Amino acid sequence: MAILSLALKSLVNRRFTAGLIVLSIALSVALLLGVERVRVESRNSFANTISGTDLVVGARSGAINLLLYSVFRIGDATNNISWKSYQHFARNPLVAWTIPISLGDSHKGFRVLGTNQDYFRHYRYAHKHPLHLREGRPFQDVYEAVLGYQVAKKLHYRVGQKIVIAHGAGMTSFALHADKPFTVVGILDPTGTPVDRSVHVPLEGIEAIHKDWIKGRHVPGLHISAQQARKMDLTPKLITAFLVGLKSRIATFRVQTEINDYRKEPLSAILPGVALQQLWDLMSIAEHALLVVTALVVAVGLVGMLTVMLAGLNERRREMAILRSVGARPAHIMLLITGESLLLSLVGVVMGLLLLYTTLALAQPYVESHYGLYLPLGMPSTREGIMLGLVAVAGLLIGLIPGYRAYRYSLADGMSIRI
Amino acid sequence: MPQSPAIQISELRFRWRSNLPEVLYIPELAVARGERIFIRGPSGSGKSTLLSLLAGVSLPSAGEVRVLGKPLSTFSGPQRDHFRSDHIGFVFQLFNLIPYLSVLENVTLPCRFSRARRDKVLKTGATLEDEALRLLEHLDMGDEALIHRPVTELSVGQQQRVATARALIGAPEIIIADEPTSALDSDMRQAFLRLLFQECEAAHSTLLFVSHDRQLEPLFEQHIALDEINSAGREGP
Repeated sequence: MAILSLALKSLVNRRFTAGLIVLSIALSVALLLGVERVRVESRNSFANTISGTDLVVGARSGAINLLLYSVFRIGDATNNISWKSYQHFARNPLVAWTIPISLGDSHKGFRVLGTNQDYFRHYRYAHKHPLHLREGRPFQDVYEAVLGYQVAKKLHYRVGQKIVIAHGAGMTSFALHADKPFTVVGILDPTGTPVDRSVHVPLEGIEAIHKDWIKGRHVPGLHISAQQARKMDLTPKLITAFLVGLKSRIATFRVQTEINDYRKEPLSAILPGVALQQLWDLMSIAEHALLVVTALVVAVGLVGMLTVMLAGLNERRREMAILRSVGARPAHIMLLITGESLLLSLVGVVMGLLLLYTTLALAQPYVESHYGLYLPLGMPSTREGIMLGLVAVAGLLIGLIPGYRAYRYSLADGMSIRI
Repeated sequence: MPQSPAIQISELRFRWRSNLPEVLYIPELAVARGERIFIRGPSGSGKSTLLSLLAGVSLPSAGEVRVLGKPLSTFSGPQRDHFRSDHIGFVFQLFNLIPYLSVLENVTLPCRFSRARRDKVLKTGATLEDEALRLLEHLDMGDEALIHRPVTELSVGQQQRVATARALIGAPEIIIADEPTSALDSDMRQAFLRLLFQECEAAHSTLLFVSHDRQLEPLFEQHIALDEINSAGREGP
């Protein structure tokens, strides 16, 4: 349309100012979409972490807490559970399989997870994907370790390498189990879950490195060598939690009640799906707050455009008078100014998308290795599309303000030109 | 049937608001078609007001303005805008051009808003660009290098000639030139006027030339001193 091509030419003529407006809108749009994408992908990533597990069992605590420390390796367990209780339920006829989990140690900031062969057999993520070794084999000996993908990648570890486990979960630890190194025997394929950032060792290994420790501290003067520990009874006495797969899902509530009512030890059995839902409910408050903030940032970007358009209007009264003299109606003038705002917002939206994808492409490896969050470069989702549409519509509506003022000016000024 | 005059004014009165004094009262004024008329109006004589009434931007408080036989006050706002873009070409004193359009785009601009003027050009078999080039050539602006220069880099005289080509494209019946020469030096003024007359004649357009420069007056067929015919404030209502 004639007027819109005029609007475009007028913007190109003022490309510096127009560029700044586009930049501010693009930045705010990229922020809005970036927050949205991180939100959706962190949800997906959480939802994909555990699959096919019917119950998660740990010491009595809140469902969210138990889920976070046992499955997502976030935070610490309130208490441990006894091996006897674990054995009791592992033998339950309704239970198909169990995976014991023992946490509390780390290697260079990565959590060490004590477990057994069942972990590699039964653990499922995303859509019932089993774990797959890209290199080596599962651990068999006491002092063997299988690394998650990111651990091996970040620390440049290979099969055959010896690693030392540190006591506690901190990034730097002064309490090292230096006398009992582990040999890397396998490296897992990437999963996009906390598994990638875990070091997996046998429960017996965890037991062995703590033989000369009591209550979380090394006993001075007591030293049990790796070989001596081998000969001792390495059956764990305590574990942190265990995952349960049932023969039939119908039995879920029956087994859950049985575990929760267990008299010998206070235990909690939770349904991971239900706990995740509770987690979402909790997080949605923060998510909404974040969304409101980013929406406000977009509003600030658009108000910036409004300011520039209104400020420029007075200088453009001559231009409007010339347009009026060649036959433009006040409505045309309004369309010209509003059209400019619309074009600015549209270009801002497109540039914002480009900015988002560039940032995602650059940040992807870093975010994945540091936060275990995979940010895909997929097409905008429907929700993101709606957000972009809303930004464009908001730009149009805001453009009506200077548009209307220009309309009033051109009605009042007519063709008399004021310099 | 004799052709109606280009402009016919009777008992025209104008005030900006009903509580403000009258700024214009013209009992009678007629301009025949094809005439070149010089309107001398010192500032404050109601010159801008008269032009905006002729353009249909303002409406008279009383009396009648007929342009090409049409009483403008019976038209709606958009109709008057249409009428203006179809039948009147304007040249202003200064800065006539849209800075973000090229020379050719500036000249063809009226054809974007007026179908009548576009059709008039296309009927001759020429494209809008051809016609713009032809007019620019007639106005000594046919130089390729000039045409492709940003309009803001043209000299004032060159800008005025581009503006004149824009007023003339599609041969509107009336050309209103509002002090188009006041920014030019006197040699340029004569040359510019010669070109303007020549083109108005070729297009059979009526020329209303507003200026306070009495030196130019003898070149026109009819002269009006606005401060003499405007009797606003001289007699009781």
